[in-house]
Amino acid sequence: MTPALADAREPSRRSYWRRNQRRLAPALFIAPGGLMFLIYVVIPIFRSISISFYHWDGLGAMKWAGFGNYAELWSDPAFVVSLENNLIWLVLYMFAVPAGLFIAIFLNQTVRGIRIYKSLFFFPFVISQVVVGLIFSWFYAPDFGLLFKLTKMLTGHGIAVLASETYATYGIIAAGLWPQIAYCMILYLTGLNNVAPDQIEAARLDGAKGWRMLWYVVIPQLRPATFIAVVVTVIGALRSFDLVSIMTQGGPYGATRVLSYYMYEEALSEYGYRMGYGAAIAVVLFLIMMVFISGFIWKMYRDETER
Amino acid sequence: MFPRPIQQTRVTTQIAYRIALPVALIIWLLPLLGVAMTSLKPASDLAKGNYFGWPSHLAFVNYADVFRNSPIAQYILNSFKVTIPTVIGAVALSCMTGFALAVYRFRLNLVIFFIFVAGNFVPFQILMVPVRDLTLQLGLYNTITGLALFHISFQTGFCTLFMRNFIRALPSELIEAARVEGVSEVKIFWYIVLPLMRPAIAALSVLVFTFIWNDYFWATVLTNGSSTQPVTAGLYSLNGQWVAQWQLVSAGSLVAALPPVLMFFAMQRHFIAGLTLGAVK
Repeated sequence: MTPALADAREPSRRSYWRRNQRRLAPALFIAPGGLMFLIYVVIPIFRSISISFYHWDGLGAMKWAGFGNYAELWSDPAFVVSLENNLIWLVLYMFAVPAGLFIAIFLNQTVRGIRIYKSLFFFPFVISQVVVGLIFSWFYAPDFGLLFKLTKMLTGHGIAVLASETYATYGIIAAGLWPQIAYCMILYLTGLNNVAPDQIEAARLDGAKGWRMLWYVVIPQLRPATFIAVVVTVIGALRSFDLVSIMTQGGPYGATRVLSYYMYEEALSEYGYRMGYGAAIAVVLFLIMMVFISGFIWKMYRDETER
Repeated sequence: MFPRPIQQTRVTTQIAYRIALPVALIIWLLPLLGVAMTSLKPASDLAKGNYFGWPSHLAFVNYADVFRNSPIAQYILNSFKVTIPTVIGAVALSCMTGFALAVYRFRLNLVIFFIFVAGNFVPFQILMVPVRDLTLQLGLYNTITGLALFHISFQTGFCTLFMRNFIRALPSELIEAARVEGVSEVKIFWYIVLPLMRPAIAALSVLVFTFIWNDYFWATVLTNGSSTQPVTAGLYSLNGQWVAQWQLVSAGSLVAALPPVLMFFAMQRHFIAGLTLGAVK
């Protein structure tokens, strides 16, 4: 290599970067994070979809199954129970939104020590669902649990919530609502902070108060908070796994299974390594979630293009 | 302000409010208070059926027992080993992705952004089989590294959403001015944008710390055994060993919950700023 050549190359390379850095920079900045996300999130989604068309034990050869796994789902009573329970979760979890709003309104004052009250009300959200599950298992425990004693006092015989096929799912949902209400509360507290005071005052001069004020003036202004609260609550309801696993492991007799837990059972637990069947369950859950995700993305897209 | 400030109401209402506050709080935290009390009861109290009364004496020995007779210290250490690299990794990666998506206009910008956002919301189960398989093939099953690598990647989705919106809200004149001066893109990122991102970095760090510390699903899918399991999964297996020894279960639960709680109280403002992102827009 002659010196002249090296000289000629150096500045040209530097100026190539100079000239094109605004075009190249985004790719360079996105590459590390994007690659990781691609490998661990995006590609696995497609792999799961493809695995759901096979019989596979996770180790041996994969055997093509076509829609076999999906066909089996519809005649599988455990799947139907899980799907129904997911629906119950979804509907009852929504209670967290108005409950969170209610507590936020209750706490939206400026008296001494209110900040500590707010953080303590928020407290359940910070602790892990495993701990929440253990706390409520203790609360529901047969013979000595607080709830058991309470029902015994009121009705004569105590109810062991988690051992009852009828009540167990509701008991778990109640446990899940505890942190979820706290989450919605904090969203609404922030939202209430940003409600335009002049509009409230104007409405007050017009004689609006109480429920009418809340319904016609405050809630419309809280729409962004409500939107996020609904989104995180839907996701929370469909992701419910930890509590089911900790509190009942799907029992009694599979009565508290939800799709996320049933999938885990089929694919990984002692019931057998049916990866293909598990993947099919996951795909169903994914499609349900996609309905909500698409809605969210659609709203973001509209917000983005409006600006 | 809504509702009407309590100071403007009648004295009786004010007094009622003052009383209602602590009462409501105690009811709200009743399950937690019960567990806290149980964790301080000597085993003999529980044997005698004293579940809800005061402890006959404060048995701090339960906490000592939890540490002496179970690998909970190891579990907690594992949790830190997973959580801290995840916080650093996810925040660092998303500073870059967020910067790129917020500052540059290019064709696939929104598409890439929406992939990050959507990926962040998918159910874990759709990732479970392939991620476990991938981790096995990399020889990282049942290692801290394997668990942390997944967490870093997955959290990058949420963090990118957060960072991108945060940088979007910064004044773009700063960047334009720097470009006119001929400052390179890398230097713009490092010297101009990054220092302004400190609040976002703080908020995300506490949030991700809490999320990862509390993760249970991936801990059970990607690890087993006390040498690698974080405290959430560890607590689950301890619960199996401590059948009906509620004083130990309670003490263990509270110990496991402590780090994110301390984090929350220390960095409350950042934590809430992170959680409520977008709730006020």
